[in-house]
Amino acid sequence: MTEHGNRDAGDVLLEVTNLHAAVEGKEILKGIDLTVRSGEVHAIMGPNGSGKSTLAQALGGHPAYTITEGGVRYRGNDLLALKPEERAREGVFVAFQYPVAIRGITNAYFLRSAVNAIRSHRGEEQLGPVEFMDALEEKLKVIGWDSSYLTRPVNDGFSGGEKKRNEILQLAVLEPKLAILDETDSGLDIDALKTVAHAVNSLRRPDNATVLVTHYYRILTHITPDFVHVLSAGRIVKSGGKELALELEEKGYDWLRDEAAVA
Amino acid sequence: MTPLDARDVKDCYVADFRAFAENGAGAAPAWLKEIREGALARFAELGFPTTKQEEWRFTSVAPVAETRFALAPPAPDAARPEALQPFLLGAVEGPRVVFVDGRYAPGLSAIAGLPRGVQVGGLSAALRAGPSGELAQRHLARYARWQHSAFAALNTAFLADGAFIYIPADTLVEPPLEVLFLATGHGGEGPTVSHPRSLIVLERGARAAVVEGYAALADEVYWTNAVTEIVLGEGARAEHYRVQREGGRAYHVATTHSQQGRDSFLGLHVITLGGSLARHDLDTVLDGAGAELVLNGLYLLARTQHADHHTVIEHAQPHCASHEFFNGVLDERAHGVFNGRIIVRPGAQRTDSKQTNNNLLLSPDARADSQPQLEIYADDVKCTHGSTVGPLDQTALYYLRSRGLSPEAARSLLTYGFAAEILGRMERSDVRDRLDRMVRARLA
Repeated sequence: MTEHGNRDAGDVLLEVTNLHAAVEGKEILKGIDLTVRSGEVHAIMGPNGSGKSTLAQALGGHPAYTITEGGVRYRGNDLLALKPEERAREGVFVAFQYPVAIRGITNAYFLRSAVNAIRSHRGEEQLGPVEFMDALEEKLKVIGWDSSYLTRPVNDGFSGGEKKRNEILQLAVLEPKLAILDETDSGLDIDALKTVAHAVNSLRRPDNATVLVTHYYRILTHITPDFVHVLSAGRIVKSGGKELALELEEKGYDWLRDEAAVA
Repeated sequence: MTPLDARDVKDCYVADFRAFAENGAGAAPAWLKEIREGALARFAELGFPTTKQEEWRFTSVAPVAETRFALAPPAPDAARPEALQPFLLGAVEGPRVVFVDGRYAPGLSAIAGLPRGVQVGGLSAALRAGPSGELAQRHLARYARWQHSAFAALNTAFLADGAFIYIPADTLVEPPLEVLFLATGHGGEGPTVSHPRSLIVLERGARAAVVEGYAALADEVYWTNAVTEIVLGEGARAEHYRVQREGGRAYHVATTHSQQGRDSFLGLHVITLGGSLARHDLDTVLDGAGAELVLNGLYLLARTQHADHHTVIEHAQPHCASHEFFNGVLDERAHGVFNGRIIVRPGAQRTDSKQTNNNLLLSPDARADSQPQLEIYADDVKCTHGSTVGPLDQTALYYLRSRGLSPEAARSLLTYGFAAEILGRMERSDVRDRLDRMVRARLA
């Protein structure tokens, strides 16, 4: 994929235009417009069933989601034309709401396979087990883990919190341009939440961006978003700055539904 | 080959037995002759099983029962030591006993440097010597239930040679002891059979690891009919790795019987890759309080391979634990059968038993049958079991692709993981690493 546009900070990384998506013939997303620039953190909030996870999975390329209308450009190119693995190799990362257990495969082996798939796409040399382990040491510190997690099978027998931390470890290792975190905060206790938030903050750079899909305000007290969007019934019904999140925390989601109905 | 009537074939074995008993086996001690005669009579009564019998519902042994297999003649020079390398799974220069068509091949074996009192060699020699003959008499054919199995009975009738391993009390053998059975498959005018018979005894507090392998020197039609008895005294610890890599046209029928004393530990790991038709009965008895069994199985089958594992875990005494994990990966038109029976005898309180059988179907024509059977006659026990049969998990495939892996790499990783899960439960990292390479090569 070639880069377009100017190289200044704040380039448009992701441009979602009138995106409609369906699952099993049922339309969930009904016209999403969203622009994300390098260096930004966007929070997508909304009640259950509003389409938050569908948006995250549609951007990741989940085969169960069909795009029925609209488009997505990523760094100037058609994201929807890419297979899930191609999106990953181009720097799109979706942290799963329900990370999958891979039995028999150690975390270290899995992470190295992923890193090497991406390196090979970039024409870089493959990393051997030893040099990869060295590189991994630093990343483990970001999420407060010791190396014992590397020899355990991927997410197999992990607690809910450990699975979420493992997603963030992958994020730290793969260093994507665009990270989409699908309810990574849900089910975390306060310590795990702080660790995850700290990790996301420390990975923030001027040339990458984060889309934080969340049901709760709580994580936004640790990760300050540049923009907050409220999703309701498959549409973004309100966008604003970080103060919008606080307003949602105080007033809930119902007033927006009413406002949208009036509008 | 024209199929014969199974009854006629049975009569052939009876006739072969007469020749066998009069010729090569004439020097055997009286007690052994008696056992052989009894086993032959039992085989004649039982005859070959048919799919009408519950224990053989999914596995037809017609190709074995309707073929005249001649007893393989001795072929001590069939392989040269340098040709062994591809078949060995233990340490490169480690102790090993090698058999060709079921007969001990001293020129291929290497058993120097073992601790005092340890005996590793051919059973036929052990039977001749005084002290080892007494040991053999005490244990041989006392455990494996040849009265209930036509195949074990036939093996016992033709009992002549196989591995004999004896570890005295409180003795540790560090390197894995490798036992390798090689088949030439072309010893006679037609297809041949060998009846390898092994006896492994660990006395009280002894520790050892054994690698028991079966492989072919040539791609021929032949039949291996093996029986192995493993006896663990009080507090003994054994890791036993059994790797079946018979030729693609071979038949392999086997019984492995383990008998565990008080507070003993047995890790019994079974890998089945070879043969066109394979049936393996694993009968394990936890016969002393506090004994623990880890029973792992992995079958990787393709083409039209058929492999049937029937496992029985018998909790005969209280406070014993058994952990059984069998995974199968079935490709093309392969058929895997798993039957896992757990018996908790009256009085075997505080039994802790877990059984899992997972089957991965890589092709729409592959098939797996999985049957757990629990027979519990005690009330204070914990027994769990579960089994699955299905294709690769689509969500897992997507998860891996979303991290940059190609669909092929994702499928291959998930499939390998199925096998690696079993390998990961093996205690000896030296053996595990070799098995891992073997499994990777097989799946590649």
